Amino acid sequence: MKRIAILAGLLFAGPILAQEEQSSAPYAYRQIDDPAKEAEAQSLMESLRCLQCQGQSIADSDAPIAGSMRSLVRERIAAGEEPEAIRAWLIERYGDYVSYAPQLTALTWPLFAAPAVLLLIAFLLLRRRFGSGSGEAR
Amino acid sequence: MSEDRGKAPRWAIWLPLALFAGFLALVMAGLFRPADRNVSSALVGKAMPRFDLPAALPGRPGLDSRALATGKPHLVNIFASWCVPCRVEAPQLGELARAGVPIQGISVRDTTENLQAFLAEHGDPFQRIGADDDGKVQLALGSSGVPETYVVDGKGTIVYQHIGEIRPEHVGFLLEKLKDAEQ
Repeated sequence: MKRIAILAGLLFAGPILAQEEQSSAPYAYRQIDDPAKEAEAQSLMESLRCLQCQGQSIADSDAPIAGSMRSLVRERIAAGEEPEAIRAWLIERYGDYVSYAPQLTALTWPLFAAPAVLLLIAFLLLRRRFGSGSGEAR
Repeated sequence: MSEDRGKAPRWAIWLPLALFAGFLALVMAGLFRPADRNVSSALVGKAMPRFDLPAALPGRPGLDSRALATGKPHLVNIFASWCVPCRVEAPQLGELARAGVPIQGISVRDTTENLQAFLAEHGDPFQRIGADDDGKVQLALGSSGVPETYVVDGKGTIVYQHIGEIRPEHVGFLLEKLKDAEQ
């Protein structure tokens, strides 16, 4: 009897102990009813950074701000907004850091250009080395 | 071909050691001066986004972004009753309010009861408090946590964002920013 009373007490203890964040964001832990849209939202959420636990995506994170961000993403996708427009909206507010998908900017273009430049150098070096042999034979 | 591969110059023997020393210096620099992990809002210098938050407390107006463009600078404090650093900054906010600074609050993911208890215990410097229950306005402002404090000039432009609690040593700087925002 006592044990049951304690267990029953524990049922109600949770909300009192958790004197913390009470988010009313509707889609933080609820999927969109349309599976196609939910898949769209999911793939966007996996490429957005949680601002509190910065190694995680908002899809993985249990931080309350990530819940707010998930709800924002799902509500907007449910309303028909394009995922990239939502990403752009967040980047406008938080900078490129909020997105895991690399953006081509004035700062990041060397990262994209470097492989092409290295390939070009390798090609020129190889042509000089192997091309010169036949050149000497001529 | 062989003349291309002539003897390396003498100093080249020190090259690996120099590279290692450089690498070590980089590691030490990272250890002793860790990178700043704060995500600051990209909206500093831009207009405050439009929002209209309902009142968080009965008898206290909510926060409409139009209430910020009154020709006088404001502080907009993003806070919550569950946020421990918000307790630390409460005395400093009180000091700013006593200095005549209009402080508007945005309470994030909070409840009326918790908020009332928080303000009763730690003081209440707020003219208006908007309830951002789902955290949407926090995201619209580019705020990545609580507490954060925005200095907004009389035209409603964000001129400065303070991330984290306002400690006693920050009060003078914020007052200066508010004064600059008056012009």
